[in-house]
Amino acid sequence: MPFATSAAPHVVAPRNSVARVMRQVLYALVPTVAVHVYLFGPGLLVQIALAAITAIAAEALALWLRDRPVKPFLFDGSALITAVLLALCLPPLAPWWLIVSGTAFAILLAKHLFGGLGANPFNPAMVGYAVLLVSFPVQLLRWLPPDVQGFDHTPLSLAQTLTTILTGELPAELSWDAITSPTPLEAVRTGLAMGLTMGEAHAGAMFSHFGGRGWEWINLATLAGGLWLLAVRVIKWHIPVAMLGAILVCSSVMSALDPGAYAGPLFHLTSGASLLGAFFIATDPISAATSDRGKLVYGAGIGVATYVIRTWGGYPDGVAFAVLLMNLAVPLIDRYTIPRIYGHAR
Amino acid sequence: MAVKIGTRGGLRLEAHKERSTRQNLRAASQPPIVVLPLDQHTGLPAIAIVKAGDRVLRGQPIAQPSGSLSAWLHSPVSGHVKAIEPRPAPHHLGSPTISVVIENDGRDEPFDFPARATFEELPPEELCEHIGRGGIVGLGGAVFPTAPKLWSGMQAHGPHLILNGVECEPYISCDDMLMRERASDVVFGARVLLHALSTKSCIIAVEDDMPLALEAMRRAVAEAGDSRVRAQAVPGIYPAGGEKQLISTLLGVEVPFDGLPADVGVLCHNVATAAAIAHWIRDGRPLISRIITVTGDGVREPANLDVLLGTSFASVIADCGGYTERMERLIMGGSMMGLALPHDELPVVKATNCIVAASRLDLEPRAAEMPCIRCGLCADACPAFLLPQQIHLHVQSGDLAGMARYGLLDCIECGCCDYVCPSQIPLVERFREAKPLHAATLAERNDAALARLRFEARAERLERLESERRAALARKRQELTGKRP
Amino acid sequence: MLTALLIMTLLVAAAAAARALADRVQRDPTDELIERLNDLLPQTQCGRCTFTGCRPYATAIATGAADINQCPPGGDRTAAALAELMGREPKPVDPGFGVLPSYPRVAWIDESRCIGCTKCIQACPVDAIVGASRYMHTVIADQCTGCELCIPPCPVDCIEMRPAPQALWMRAQPILSLSTSTSH
Repeated sequence: MPFATSAAPHVVAPRNSVARVMRQVLYALVPTVAVHVYLFGPGLLVQIALAAITAIAAEALALWLRDRPVKPFLFDGSALITAVLLALCLPPLAPWWLIVSGTAFAILLAKHLFGGLGANPFNPAMVGYAVLLVSFPVQLLRWLPPDVQGFDHTPLSLAQTLTTILTGELPAELSWDAITSPTPLEAVRTGLAMGLTMGEAHAGAMFSHFGGRGWEWINLATLAGGLWLLAVRVIKWHIPVAMLGAILVCSSVMSALDPGAYAGPLFHLTSGASLLGAFFIATDPISAATSDRGKLVYGAGIGVATYVIRTWGGYPDGVAFAVLLMNLAVPLIDRYTIPRIYGHAR
Repeated sequence: MAVKIGTRGGLRLEAHKERSTRQNLRAASQPPIVVLPLDQHTGLPAIAIVKAGDRVLRGQPIAQPSGSLSAWLHSPVSGHVKAIEPRPAPHHLGSPTISVVIENDGRDEPFDFPARATFEELPPEELCEHIGRGGIVGLGGAVFPTAPKLWSGMQAHGPHLILNGVECEPYISCDDMLMRERASDVVFGARVLLHALSTKSCIIAVEDDMPLALEAMRRAVAEAGDSRVRAQAVPGIYPAGGEKQLISTLLGVEVPFDGLPADVGVLCHNVATAAAIAHWIRDGRPLISRIITVTGDGVREPANLDVLLGTSFASVIADCGGYTERMERLIMGGSMMGLALPHDELPVVKATNCIVAASRLDLEPRAAEMPCIRCGLCADACPAFLLPQQIHLHVQSGDLAGMARYGLLDCIECGCCDYVCPSQIPLVERFREAKPLHAATLAERNDAALARLRFEARAERLERLESERRAALARKRQELTGKRP
Repeated sequence: MLTALLIMTLLVAAAAAARALADRVQRDPTDELIERLNDLLPQTQCGRCTFTGCRPYATAIATGAADINQCPPGGDRTAAALAELMGREPKPVDPGFGVLPSYPRVAWIDESRCIGCTKCIQACPVDAIVGASRYMHTVIADQCTGCELCIPPCPVDCIEMRPAPQALWMRAQPILSLSTSTSH
């Protein structure tokens, strides 16, 4: 009576798959998206839709060109995560060609050119964002004010949002200058450039005790999602703790030395993409360091680089470039942080 | 993740031992024919000392060790040697192996072993040799001949003795039942080993999710009244029963990668081995049977049976009510490291500790393999502290130096990394393929280096001879021309 | 803008030219390169590559006088390793230099026919044949590299190639587990 044979182990963890891991990351992003839409209107949802469609189409195209099976990879969720993260990085009213070109670049060049799932040395979403930031700086500065007290918020209807995004032009009665507002990081940066101290730049209805009013809620929602990811063990604590710890240390030290010129840790931790970066972007396992010790070094490096770029660099937020820089350093980090094997001295 | 990973690697797995431990141990039925491969132990195959047509008795030696790393083999039944010929065996699925085939005459006549003095009166070396004569090998699965292992242990001068009752792999419960019902045998075996090794410390390790076994062991130890022996519970994380992991857990030392437990003053034996030693030393019964767990959703009445070596798997399954309709896969061993067998007309050997007749309920089918997403769960689960994803990367690219650097040769093939991988990569299978390739390449390089040394030495020798010849010739010419007027 | 483009183009062209020139220049191969190439070769010293041993072949590769696919005992794996060291595309061994079976072979002397002439002993590049004039010759199997140089000189044709004893197939300690246990 012949039986089928298999290689040991004959069991695997139940309900365990790449798609499940990716799905959980997407669930964890829901609070962030929800708060964002509440504060800034439905633009983000349109961006996500455009990005998702582009991502899936680009993925299918790339798999077909590379002669790979399309079905298992198309809906494994990794392309969708890239799409959502990139959409979160762009202003909600950005023209359609911005998100489409960025996503296409991320999927086709940053991911599939290097070998597809599991092979990209750089975080695809950050590559896409960096390309857009460098190529189209003007469009990327058109952030909106959040819908909270103290801001001059011009709500756009869904129809107006759609036409703005799909045509690249605002409705006739509005102008970009009127409806846009700098992000807290941009505001602080401009203020410092104009000679204000940090305290003066922080005054005004735009800021609360933490960071930018309204913006801090997005970061807190991201924190909630990130903590949930930690709880279900989809990500490990090393990168978020190292990255946020590094930002905390840098900003604490610098603001203690000169509070007038440098923002404090609470502001840095709740502004920009600090928390999104710590829990969702830097933790991308494919482009991150391998061992736990390596992850600590990697996370810390991102934190330091983020702070440096924010404070002395040419951009208001440094997370994207920090992540890309540390992606470059990963092989070096890995080489020096191989964990000790049982029975070996070192 | 539903999977719970231990703090230093390892997994908390469901034990699946409940069904097979409901009933007491019982003997399997006497088989009409037994097939005994001569190489059912680590090391060199034994050499048959009987021939076709001979009459043998139960317990009679039928094969002797062929070298220092080999073992005795005894007949489990009385009857006639039908043939000595190649037969398929579970550890030789590729090619049949020379086996002694004995036809059981049903009379169960025992072989008379000469009476032995009590073991305490024997000097350790003699006791060691006597243990070997019982055909005793490690019954935890490695079937390492016990006598040579004890020899190396004796060089360690009073090592810690650990009896491994940590049955961490799911489905296997033979040691559990052994300890519940024959704990005194284990303790007796412990005392024999303590004398053989001239040592004073023996820890019997039992998994903490085997409370009945632990209790029975503790009672037996108390009854024996030997203060050198004690039972200790160990957390039930797979693979806590792995020799290196157990030594770390109990004694806090690590076995060096290029050494053996004896190098750190430890010797590890399975509890079943200790019980087998007891049966041989105390009762004069050599290793001719062992306890086997028969379990899985594919068999009707899971149980633990005392099975004579050489019985066919089919017969053992029949003893347990036969297969159910859901039967799909026959596995010798447990679900994590067991060997899947193509059919059941194979003999039980000394290494057979468990037969899992698995159905879809027991097995989790592996989904299609995806690329590694570098999630790192494998590294978290690895009890040897390796980075399986890096080994996998280097195996894929054929980088032998890289494989070794990340610990391919330190992999104990426990299957933890495989189990947790979201991409369903068959890591253990890849590593098992890569190890011989690595060894062969190393061997090739060694050979080339040696050949080169010989070549260069020869070239040097020839050159030296040539220059000596030329020098002699020159001297000769000198003499001749000098002589001419 | 135009100037920038022009400068970039000139820079790229200069870099490409420098690279092409460097590739073309016949540099004296360093001893280190020859040593590294030799380390990759199987040291059979058989001469199938048309050179008189492994080191001469390594030297030839380094100077460009030979290609990397001329070593049958090394096989495709060695050819690939040589190619990688020389920075070239790997290619399989050219069957024109010899085709060897996949299993290792050693020379074997039929002692019933051997006349003790020592011609094979002199031919063996690694001194793997034991014997003396008018004494029996025999091949030390685990030192024989399978080069077959002993076969032509034998006047009575008593040497043949046989599969290497199985114990030699994998000299490193085999993994002690059930499915790879030592067989009969």
